[in-house]
Amino acid sequence: MLDLDQYTCLGSALRAALDRWPNEICLIEADRDREKVRMTYSDFKEVALPFARALQDAEFKVSDRAAIIMTNQSKWLISAYSIFYCGGVLVPLDYKLSAAEHLQLLAHSKVRFLVVEFHIWRAIMRTEGFNDHKVEKVLVTEAPPSADLGGAFRWEDFKRKGEPNFVSRKRDDTASIVYSSGTGGRPKGCVLTHENYLEQCKSLTAWYPFWPGVRYLSILPTNHAIDFMVGFIGPFVCGACVVHLRTLRPEFVRDAMIRYRITYMALVPMVLKNLERGLKAKFEELSAFKRFMLNRMIGINKLLTRQRPNVEKSRKLLPQVHQAFGGELLTLFTGGAFMEPSTLQFFYDLGIPVANGYGLTEAGTVLTVNDLKPFRADTVGKPLPGVELRLLNPDSDGIGEVATHSKTVMSHYLDDPELSAETIVDGWLLTGDLGRFDDSGHLQLFGRKKNMIVTEGGKNIYPEDIENAFDGLPVKEYCVFAANYVWKAKGLGNEMLVLVLRLEQNQEFSSELEQEIQTRNRRLPDFKRVGGYLIWDHDFPRTASMKIKRTVLAEEIAKAKHRSAVTSL
Amino acid sequence: MRTADQTLDEILNLAAAHFKVSREKLTPDDDFFKTLGIDSLQALDLLTKLEHHFHVELPDYEMQGVSDFRTLAGRIQSRL
Repeated sequence: MLDLDQYTCLGSALRAALDRWPNEICLIEADRDREKVRMTYSDFKEVALPFARALQDAEFKVSDRAAIIMTNQSKWLISAYSIFYCGGVLVPLDYKLSAAEHLQLLAHSKVRFLVVEFHIWRAIMRTEGFNDHKVEKVLVTEAPPSADLGGAFRWEDFKRKGEPNFVSRKRDDTASIVYSSGTGGRPKGCVLTHENYLEQCKSLTAWYPFWPGVRYLSILPTNHAIDFMVGFIGPFVCGACVVHLRTLRPEFVRDAMIRYRITYMALVPMVLKNLERGLKAKFEELSAFKRFMLNRMIGINKLLTRQRPNVEKSRKLLPQVHQAFGGELLTLFTGGAFMEPSTLQFFYDLGIPVANGYGLTEAGTVLTVNDLKPFRADTVGKPLPGVELRLLNPDSDGIGEVATHSKTVMSHYLDDPELSAETIVDGWLLTGDLGRFDDSGHLQLFGRKKNMIVTEGGKNIYPEDIENAFDGLPVKEYCVFAANYVWKAKGLGNEMLVLVLRLEQNQEFSSELEQEIQTRNRRLPDFKRVGGYLIWDHDFPRTASMKIKRTVLAEEIAKAKHRSAVTSL
Repeated sequence: MRTADQTLDEILNLAAAHFKVSREKLTPDDDFFKTLGIDSLQALDLLTKLEHHFHVELPDYEMQGVSDFRTLAGRIQSRL
């Protein structure tokens, strides 16, 4: 691994990596079972530098911002490297957002350049407000030959001969602006510095190292802080290989793990549960005798791995299970949303450790992760090296708000000094998450102070952002809450959004109104949908400027109504 | 060549069989996440079944934002 203390910015560290391991494979890209790209670090450099040169010839200058909206693929990483090479600021946007949301964030981040996949660009071009966008140059990947690009350029043709000028940045310069959520009234653009990334990479790889020969299967979106770190920066500065898959179909993910003998993979709880379901279904099909033998082997494996994982022994005891994961898997990483301990334990008992962690974009990536010494299914692990955590205002059970101080904490929220000052206080980032340390220094999470949910797919959803979907609903007033914010839960399960309705005087909750709510709800992406509604009999408390006093309203609702009063939609 | 209605009908039959629910419970405008009680990965599983049945290949992004059978049928029909 490179000594990251020697570098001041991501561009210089990545540049050194390309020279250090010229013949190692750094990228593989497969679409289903068809391998489309396989490149060494040297090949990567050969593609990236002409692109960087073309950016510079197009007047892309130091500190200029460039957005990427793409699914996981090689051109994502090549474009990002080229942006850093030119001293630019990367704005990775979530490809799953709607085209209207993309336009909103492109405007908010004030990017000059955009790199985007054709199908996403086509949707953006058809969206209201497209003609008002201010992006100066758009580079579209994989566009069909006769496609109308609306003035954009083809990524594949955007290259120039000649060595581009490498532009170095200082550690405290901005490397990227990552939107942690919020495309409604208040986008939250986390401004992350080069130091944030270099320090995060150092601390993560101290516990989970990469090296040449390691293959990381990248299925979390690369715009997400986790995959950007463990599916790009981490492997690259260690000479390892990133495998991209253009589909997230479970059967192709399983095939890719076997074909590329994957070493590490990060996944959201939903995918882990899907894998668990698949394995359990396979176990059910076994004959009684084979099932008996499997259970015996699992029992022996549990005994042998009580203190720490022993993958060599586990692979011998349960060869077929491990072959189904490629035979060389060391660890799966998960986090970001509530993970059932039973699922983590299921995999650990098979000799497949799942390192459950906790972090947020505002803190770089990861704050805590399970160090597997020993494995714990009931916590989100210990603070990584260099991460300080403390609990603010702990109650009698020792549960308080998690605050962190670390070189990985973002600089501020873009163009929002008020929110930045509320979130980073005296150098401590207030996470809004409630936690407690156990005797062995492991962090356990118990809920949120914030009105938000994290889905099983790892998405942060702020209910305020959902309210626009119900604009004009024929009721007196309404608002959306996270159920666990109203009815404080000691745990992070059962996350759902609740639509609170205040009807007009003498208005009945009619079937037409329910139909209207259902229709609007269905227009939202499935992970943003409201799970139920609650009729509230009082006017909402409001500030002088007529904003809803959400905290007060949530307390009033919790006092007057039980969670069971919510009607499912 | 199938008609759009035939395609839709076949999708409903396949979804009912795949997720073991009664065919009568499914209607074209149903939100399949809700009616079938499935997550987005299980929806991708269904898509694979449909690809095999109709002999087409649908990229994942074709499913983005699709949550009812009628729209899904439209996406498949356009590739037949």
